[in-house]
Amino acid sequence: MSDRAAPAPSVRFADTFPSRAPRGGRIPVSGQAVLALAIALFLLVFLVVPVATVAYVAFTEKGTGAPTLVNFLDFARTDLFVRSFWNSLYVSAMTVVWASVLALPLAYLTTRFEFRGAALVQTLGFLPLIMPPFVGAVAMQLLFGRNGTVNLLLEEWFDFKIGLMEGLNGVIFLQAIHYFPFILVNLSAALRNIDRAMEEAAQNLGSHGFRLFRRIALPLAMPGYVAGASLVFVKVFDDVASPLLLNVKEMLAPQAYLRITSIGIDDPMGYVISVVLIVLAVVTMWGSAQVLKGKDYATAQRGGGGLARRRLTRGQSVMAYGVVLLVLALVLAPHLGLVLLSLATVWSFSPLPDDYTLAHYARVLGDSSIYIKNTLLYAGLAAAIDVAIGGAIAYLVLRTRLPGRQMLDWMAGAALAVPGVVLGIGYLRAFYGVTLPGGVPLATLWIMIVLAIAIRRLPYALRAAYAALQQISIALEEAAENLGATKARTVRRVVIPLMTGGLLAGFVTSFATAAVELSAVLMLVQNNSDAPLSYGLYVLMQTPAGRGAGAALGVVAVIIVAVCMGLSQLAADRSQRARGLDI
Amino acid sequence: MTGTMSKAVAIDIRGVNLSYGATPVLKNVDLSIQPGEFFAFLGPSGCGKTTLLRLIAGFAQAQTGQVLLDGQDVAALPPWKRDVGMVFQSYALWPHMTVAKNVAFGLEERRLPRREIERRVRDALDLVGLSAFADRRPAQLSGGQQQRVAVARTIAIEPKVLLLDEPLSNLDAKMRVSVRRELRTLQRRLGLTTIFVTHDQEEANTICDRMAVMESGIIRQVGTPMELYERPGNLFVAGFLGSANILDGRVAGDVFEVAGGARLPLPEHVKVPLGAKLVFRPQHARLADSGMLRGPIVHREFLGSTVRYGVRLGGAEVLIDAPFQSGDDLRAAGDLVCVALPPERALYLAA
Repeated sequence: MSDRAAPAPSVRFADTFPSRAPRGGRIPVSGQAVLALAIALFLLVFLVVPVATVAYVAFTEKGTGAPTLVNFLDFARTDLFVRSFWNSLYVSAMTVVWASVLALPLAYLTTRFEFRGAALVQTLGFLPLIMPPFVGAVAMQLLFGRNGTVNLLLEEWFDFKIGLMEGLNGVIFLQAIHYFPFILVNLSAALRNIDRAMEEAAQNLGSHGFRLFRRIALPLAMPGYVAGASLVFVKVFDDVASPLLLNVKEMLAPQAYLRITSIGIDDPMGYVISVVLIVLAVVTMWGSAQVLKGKDYATAQRGGGGLARRRLTRGQSVMAYGVVLLVLALVLAPHLGLVLLSLATVWSFSPLPDDYTLAHYARVLGDSSIYIKNTLLYAGLAAAIDVAIGGAIAYLVLRTRLPGRQMLDWMAGAALAVPGVVLGIGYLRAFYGVTLPGGVPLATLWIMIVLAIAIRRLPYALRAAYAALQQISIALEEAAENLGATKARTVRRVVIPLMTGGLLAGFVTSFATAAVELSAVLMLVQNNSDAPLSYGLYVLMQTPAGRGAGAALGVVAVIIVAVCMGLSQLAADRSQRARGLDI
Repeated sequence: MTGTMSKAVAIDIRGVNLSYGATPVLKNVDLSIQPGEFFAFLGPSGCGKTTLLRLIAGFAQAQTGQVLLDGQDVAALPPWKRDVGMVFQSYALWPHMTVAKNVAFGLEERRLPRREIERRVRDALDLVGLSAFADRRPAQLSGGQQQRVAVARTIAIEPKVLLLDEPLSNLDAKMRVSVRRELRTLQRRLGLTTIFVTHDQEEANTICDRMAVMESGIIRQVGTPMELYERPGNLFVAGFLGSANILDGRVAGDVFEVAGGARLPLPEHVKVPLGAKLVFRPQHARLADSGMLRGPIVHREFLGSTVRYGVRLGGAEVLIDAPFQSGDDLRAAGDLVCVALPPERALYLAA
């Protein structure tokens, strides 16, 4: 699954799709309007208000509420924050660089050469979705850290160490090997979509080899690369937990979290940082959109995608496999480390654990099973909300002419630019003052965690819903109406059955990614009994004694997510086949 | 570019066999194209015409045989060393470059001095009448203009030969007629050996000096458009070029007995190949009141200058075109008529 910004295709589609005027026999306009208003209200309360609250606090004077920029001045005058800002920028940029270094050769290799490792490389694309970087952070420290496996062995054999996991480099290393597949997937898709005549024409005019790649293939694939790279940049910039687990505190997103949790929700600095995070995400997305403007090089035509695959010579083949195996080893390292850690009695200052035990799994599945139960409940609810709202928005935008329907799409899509930690802070601030009749603040209810996760995942579910609805020819609905079905019955008997496969895939993907959502959760968990797995893992990983159990939780999470991803693939395939779309 | 090329080059293809996996695509192809000739590969889709073109450009590899340019075997050369200019069906203009950059590309790859590149880009664009569009992007041009840029880009490198892969297929009907004229004029001016691939017989007829008609990887006949139309060598060529009526039958002494019983005298010098069928063009026969070929009119189409009648003869139906003058009476469906066919117009062809 590629992870490009969601709203763009929908907007384009809605512009070109002949939306039809409501006629007699449709859902009465008032029904559509009620649905649209309900969704708008939901998004307003749980997305717009929290974010607006954050902005309000950042731009007003503490106590008086008078508009001011003094908070931002404080931010700019505080060395720690300025340093954190540059550190975050540096780490994000360097992650993009290293992720590109990993992704470029793999993308070129798999799309332009006959290479049997290609399928292997393609499956790499799913790994970051299966395991977010914070899960593997501690395991990576144990493998590549100063006293980790690799360095202990290096020291023993060659008497030197490499500082892969030192400070900011550790964050870069961890993030790069987790996120390079986003670039790989987008870039490969773009390379594959280049009409083969584009490169053949260049060969015909005398170009070949690296020049051919640099002058034709790379520029044409640039949109895919930029999409992947900007995504990686924003994700790394917004990540709270991974730097903290690597004991790096001087980055911006972690600072926002630390500020609120240590000083309190009244301190404006956390809000100022939140605004900076949002602005940076928006600027990055806007910037990548500017770079891509007028560069929609959809060149795939009947000539088929990509240059005829070339054969590798023996030497090239050896090199290619070498690169792939090295990358594979890196990508699998956190998974391997996590499994080892979950089975280790003690693992410290030694290349491998001293001894092995299943006790951590017993603990996780026994005492700590509440984490797993909570995760299943929260992720299930959040995914259900997402699919329902995503499906409804897709329907309203693509199939009705309700005024203002595009607003719903924008609002839902805007969630992409809101980092999890910002949303969490917003919920705390906006809903802490709202109390239930029993005197319990709204912000402390577990359902708030569900809603935050749902908002975070909504853009992805929305995209799945658009895709599902776009595949249904409007003629199928017209045929049903022509035979006497009302609009409501057409939706029930034609649209929903046909969308089921796509929505199911959307549900499972939302569920899987919601299960490992942490940054918003981190702000909202009030007590351990309400905590989902990701939170439990984060807390356990903080102490050497808890690491084993934390790793066991991580393995459980990876299994849950991997199974879901498999199911989602299956659901998508089946619905395609059922409708005979696999031509 | 001065408008005339140094020296036109001959293309010889000898004993080429090419297959993709187990599927043969070209079977034993032999072909000689003269220097300066405008040559067409004509055939239905899947006949191997584009593969043959790509073989010459170096994008396909034959299992056996040779491709000679100017007497030199180029089989071992990669596409970028062949100096064979190809205009792709989709034009393959690079969307990230301006028109001028597109045209300059091949010259830059040849590491020509910047002055020289600028001059040749200007000349090439002048030649196709697009100098004013040098700084546009391909997407800002019409289909016909894009096609001309593709041609300019190719001839800018002064290739040994020019290959055109269905260059008119992405244009609307009106453009096709004018562009094919432009291509013809340009080719004349440059004197460049040119191969044009098409599935459209009208295109091939109007543009080329000679053509090869291909069917499932085999060259069925080579000749000028008129030769092929007038004297097709086999049933496939007869049926592919223009409409042809084909009637089963057999030789019986000095007559050809059509299935159904009618007998046509065979002119003395005619040789009838084994398994031959009777072939004639709709406009070469006429409706008469008496004759050997007799049957009812089953349908009638008014085409303006002619009226096309369908007449059932035995189990087959033949088409007869009758010229139409205003005031003529038309025959009606159901009328019993005879088909009069001058013996010298009858062709006897095998598959």
